[in-house]
Amino acid sequence: MPIIETKNLSKVFGKNTKQTLKLMDKGLTKEEILKETGNTVGVNRASFSVEEGEIFVIMGLSGSGKSTLVRLLNRLIEPTEGSILIDGEDLATMDKKSLRKARREKMSMVFQQFALFPHRTIVENAEYGLEIQNVPKEERKKKAEEALKLVGLGDYMHQKPGQLSGGMQQRVGLARALANDPKVLLMDEAFSALDPLIRKEMQDELIDLQSSMKKTIIFITHDLDEALRLGDHIALMKDGVVVQIGTPEEILVNPANDYVEKFVEDVDRSKILTAHHIMKRPETVNIDKHGPRVALERMREEGISSILVIDGKRDLKGYVTAEDASAARKKESSNLQDILRTDIPKVNPETTMHDIFAIIHDSQTPVAVVEDNKLKGIIVRGAVIAALAGDGEVNLENA
Amino acid sequence: MLNNMLDFVPVIPISEATEAVTDWLKDTFAFLFDPIKEHFGNLMEFVAEGVLMNIPPIIFIILVALIAFFVTGKKFGLAAFSIVGLWLIYNQGHWEDLMNTVTLVLLASLLSVIIGVPIGILMSKSKVANTIFAPILDFMQTMPAFVYLIPAVAFFGIGMVPGVFASLIFATPPTVRFTNLGIRQVSNDLVEAADAFGSTGAQKLFKVELPMAKATIMAGINQTVMLALSMVVIASMIGAPGLGKEVLSSLQRASVGPGFVAGIGIVILAIIIDRITQNINRKEA
Repeated sequence: MPIIETKNLSKVFGKNTKQTLKLMDKGLTKEEILKETGNTVGVNRASFSVEEGEIFVIMGLSGSGKSTLVRLLNRLIEPTEGSILIDGEDLATMDKKSLRKARREKMSMVFQQFALFPHRTIVENAEYGLEIQNVPKEERKKKAEEALKLVGLGDYMHQKPGQLSGGMQQRVGLARALANDPKVLLMDEAFSALDPLIRKEMQDELIDLQSSMKKTIIFITHDLDEALRLGDHIALMKDGVVVQIGTPEEILVNPANDYVEKFVEDVDRSKILTAHHIMKRPETVNIDKHGPRVALERMREEGISSILVIDGKRDLKGYVTAEDASAARKKESSNLQDILRTDIPKVNPETTMHDIFAIIHDSQTPVAVVEDNKLKGIIVRGAVIAALAGDGEVNLENA
Repeated sequence: MLNNMLDFVPVIPISEATEAVTDWLKDTFAFLFDPIKEHFGNLMEFVAEGVLMNIPPIIFIILVALIAFFVTGKKFGLAAFSIVGLWLIYNQGHWEDLMNTVTLVLLASLLSVIIGVPIGILMSKSKVANTIFAPILDFMQTMPAFVYLIPAVAFFGIGMVPGVFASLIFATPPTVRFTNLGIRQVSNDLVEAADAFGSTGAQKLFKVELPMAKATIMAGINQTVMLALSMVVIASMIGAPGLGKEVLSSLQRASVGPGFVAGIGIVILAIIIDRITQNINRKEA
């Protein structure tokens, strides 16, 4: 069961929102609705589900409604319509008391501008969530200190937030959210105010934290690279509408529409696409069955100058070149073993294109993709360049 | 002809109505006003004559100088000024007047804060309260201060109590306004953070909003204290004792000298109070 599930979640800012909802049903865009009614559509019928333990990224440019959406999830903004199921309970219809309980126990939020309380020390900030639940002082202090140590701020307990750098402040924000031990972390552009180096560091730490603590994280960002780095799933938003939900690969490789395509066009694909995506089915000969004659025949059919050699278990043995095979045939040799070359570079399917560049540059032969020494595919130079250009044939079927 | 158009309605009896309302209030709430007058009067007498005047002037001066020294961050300027200024008032024979004035200012300010801060909070939280109180505050501040003396006398007779009452009305608005403003100015981020962690309204108010608004509220309180002090002379017209009374009687007798001396006393007190409250604010901000 998903931990969070929204159905038709919508927010309209303005008066007479019911009528605006009807216009939304008719499929009018945000702009048309603004012109007609003066109301702003914040979020338009967002339906998605988040599985426990995943990082779910909501991405969009400014004004796309992503910050509104995350605030609908804990009802900092009241939804106009729709439901927000958390652990099966509908947050949208909860009374104030249950809502407060859900906010205290189920989810914590991390803010773009940190939103630390400047009049409290770091440890008092981290304690806040527990303090308002009337957790005894000793216990909440212990938990707050643990959370601060977890984010690497054990030595700054008694400073005030103003004395810390931006990166450190956001660690406090994270510690404050973690101290509650919530199931879900809502992170609203949490790293956007940090400089690029610190941001990358924080992303890595978040991934580490998530894999050790198994929190469900909903991460808002406008930065596609960040989304691709962090997200198990990504929801792309435009004008309040969720235009595509999918894994990073699905979004990159099969953009749902022109908007998504445009969005992903500038991504450094080399860091996302792996050997798996660009490899081709290899032409092979079986060292146990075939000789130089067959090898030469296959190379001629395919118009290639070398061919991979495997055994009956698809274990990669090496390759033979057309030149060698032709010489061997003249000598009437029937054995591939004599002319087998083994200096073929190997990568595994998870190797990113970024790492393949260097290998393929230094190599005279194509690159073999192997997993547990079983041949999976082959990468030729042309495929690498085509994939980078973004219009190459990319094997998603393999995925 | 044209003038007749303005005269088509007879004089509206606003003043009669006001009097009727005041009389009605006075009679109906006599059970309330009379004990207030009595107990509060006793309290003020106790503060002024029982406490402040029993402190030897030299001790009082040293205490004020010490407070001035510490709130200004251990600088000597204000402390020295306090010593010289208060000694001068003592030297001119106005010590008792000074104590009466201090009592009036302190109590009026204290009451203003006790009443004003909660109203300010209410205004910041509720649109309805804001709509109701905003014009009342405008009214309280723009009505000439003298006018408050009349109902004050009607309700409380003459003396210190109506003086405090009139000062209260005159001096409360800044505290209300600044409290309202201070809470509204708390960054939306912090309010969201408090909400997101599941704070109750009271927790949000006491743990986040009031601490964040403290500097602004203190600025309002500083204004309130100064306004209360400015009422001292006016309140003396209904018999409130203190430095103001000296100014008033000098005015009536056209004697420049004593008037100037009492006036200087008020100025000295004003400077000391203002600088001390301002520095408390700065220190905590």
